[in-house]
Amino acid sequence: MGAIGQRAMAEQESKSIRVALAGQPNVGKSTVFNLLTGLSQHVGNWPGKTVEQKAGTCEFDSLRFDLVDLPGTYSLSANSPEELIAREYIIKEKPDVVVAIVNAATLERSLYLVAELLPLGVPLVIGLNMIDVAEQQGLTIETHVLEAALGVPIVPMVATKGQGIHELLARVQDLACDGAAYQPNAPDIRADHKEVLQRIESLIDGHVPDGYPNTWVALKILEGDDQITQMMRPRLPEAASREVDGILRQHEDACVAVASGRYSWIARMVRAAVVKPKAGPITRTDRLDRWATHPIWGLMILVGILAVTFALTYTLGSPLQEWMDRYIVGGLATVASRALADAPPWLLSLVVDGAIAGVGTVLTFFPILLIFFAVLGILEDVGYMARAAYVMDRFMHLMGLHGKSFLPLFLGFGCNVPAVMGARVIESQRARLLTILVAPLVPCTARMGVIAFLAPIFFRQPTLISWGLLTLNLGVLVLSGLLLHKIILKGESVAFIMELPLYHVPNWHTITIGVWQRLLSFLEKAGTIILVVSVVTWALSRFPGGTLETSWIAALGRGLEPLGNLMGLDWRLVVALLSSFIAKENAIATLGVLFGGSGAGTSITSALRAAVAPPAALAFLVMQMLFIPCVATVSAIRQETNSWHWPTFAVLFLLLVSLAGGIATFRLATLLAL
Amino acid sequence: MDKHYEDTTSRLSADHAFSLLQLKSGETATVHSLRGGTGFRSRLAALGFTPGTGVKMMQNLGYGPIIVTVRDTRIALGRGEAYKVWVQ
Repeated sequence: MGAIGQRAMAEQESKSIRVALAGQPNVGKSTVFNLLTGLSQHVGNWPGKTVEQKAGTCEFDSLRFDLVDLPGTYSLSANSPEELIAREYIIKEKPDVVVAIVNAATLERSLYLVAELLPLGVPLVIGLNMIDVAEQQGLTIETHVLEAALGVPIVPMVATKGQGIHELLARVQDLACDGAAYQPNAPDIRADHKEVLQRIESLIDGHVPDGYPNTWVALKILEGDDQITQMMRPRLPEAASREVDGILRQHEDACVAVASGRYSWIARMVRAAVVKPKAGPITRTDRLDRWATHPIWGLMILVGILAVTFALTYTLGSPLQEWMDRYIVGGLATVASRALADAPPWLLSLVVDGAIAGVGTVLTFFPILLIFFAVLGILEDVGYMARAAYVMDRFMHLMGLHGKSFLPLFLGFGCNVPAVMGARVIESQRARLLTILVAPLVPCTARMGVIAFLAPIFFRQPTLISWGLLTLNLGVLVLSGLLLHKIILKGESVAFIMELPLYHVPNWHTITIGVWQRLLSFLEKAGTIILVVSVVTWALSRFPGGTLETSWIAALGRGLEPLGNLMGLDWRLVVALLSSFIAKENAIATLGVLFGGSGAGTSITSALRAAVAPPAALAFLVMQMLFIPCVATVSAIRQETNSWHWPTFAVLFLLLVSLAGGIATFRLATLLAL
Repeated sequence: MDKHYEDTTSRLSADHAFSLLQLKSGETATVHSLRGGTGFRSRLAALGFTPGTGVKMMQNLGYGPIIVTVRDTRIALGRGEAYKVWVQ
């Protein structure tokens, strides 16, 4: 840092340096961001968008850095909300420095984003990450040569080992405090388009809104960028607008030509700096992919991973769930009972049966979600998840979806809420909506828990019944997907374009932070709603009269009994179904209350066996599996689709499906004299 | 694979171009042109499928998505998408 820099520094002592982190997917950008911000980061949404925004701070050399993690994008076109967010943030918020993380092992491709960032005129520092991987592949990169060619500070890094992170901050600081020496080399366009670009530039000159670089706007117009073209159209004089349209008609291939131009520029920049081996060695990724993407073995591996996840969930998650329920929720209830010993009974009931029961519902999700998020985090981090999507693509096509929908649906086995939220990874709006709508049909652990509890009570072969129900559920999922795809959400199948990243050793820091954030966001989004609705349901099931039998909810159940009779259900089973709207496992508690047993397992068992015949029991279990999504899922659908239209549709659709399923099961089972 | 051509579009003739789908596992070719809408073409071009770039088919089973390597990156493409990439 020069003397001027020191002075500038002193002047803005109290200020912090605003840094935006940019990079393509799979370059280790989140690892860098996690390393820099650690637990200081907060996760939210970009204003008005369902795209995740991460921000955080860090201190270095007694300076504060405010960091924003831009969405990972391959380019800065108008093709996706992520790309629009990234470029608008840079243009409108003007961060002091943009750090572009680049993968040394796929240098040319990941410099493409740099070639898009440079014309935006913002100070840039490149973090050349994964140099260890590049070295393993026999690549040598002369950082200084590359730095001289690009005119941009470059910091070699191995983010997974924390290497280069301090130097990165030092270079950011230098650039933010003294930008005089910063003279980046601007990428140029292909020779055959230079003239047209200049013509567009002169036509739009003086009409471009503040903050937008002229050349960049011209380039985007030439590329056929919808958003920029629409922004400029009303601003241009009639004649200029017509001439621009004429130019675009003549250069329909310009979007590819501009991209080619960027790549040739990159090729010139890296030529002197990179030495590549003649023949690439057979890498770890090559060897692993022979198995992971194999048509048969790949499927086997995926099934194996799923089996291990479920085994973990039931052997570790369920006992932990019970433990939390007994000691944490039970403990809270005991404390509350003691504290409220002199209070009116309804208040005690509100706290214990309403609020604490609600907290309990939220808490008991944690062990299961922890396991699912951890498995997902590890698979994502090592690079396997893209292979799973590849393997599943064939099957997802049945429903007009593609492989990327597999990941959120897989999460749905843990809980439907993260499944709905996870649908964000899908670019196409239509495929995303379709995934969100079928996600509630993935049998979550709560529903499987109800089945696991009730099947042994009613049937002599509970395992067979459970498997049958699971298969039925997944069958209905595929059929519903097919139906929605063909009738309601018509349209061509969406483009499947997905990078298969290099495999690497899991980075526990990144995985832990990811799991923590997902848990936190589940708690924020679903937790409060479950709590509120628990209290409301408590009121509905207690007033008037003070008992469940005389309550409004029982009255509703009795009113719906004629409908319930169609599948052999009396009002108590109808109420149990209705109560599962709060949380699926509530069905058990409700049955416990209504069938006389106050928590003592044996009495519920005999009462249920006596009151419910096998055909009705089977119909109840089928309905329980297919019933309307729980309130947390409905609210997640509302958030993710930004409308009431789709959650309403999902509820009505599943109500219809479960009614049809229940009636058909009851009739069929009665006919077969089960 | 490691060579990148500067501006060879004009020198390539369309006569021998065929769809990427016709490449068998292990075969290599160079990108000739992209078909489809502007959004689709610009997405693929940004990923590195620009005319003159070498591609290697890693896996083409004859059904389901394919895997190609372009610019040191493995990319899975649906068959509909792969069909729109013409190579020679």
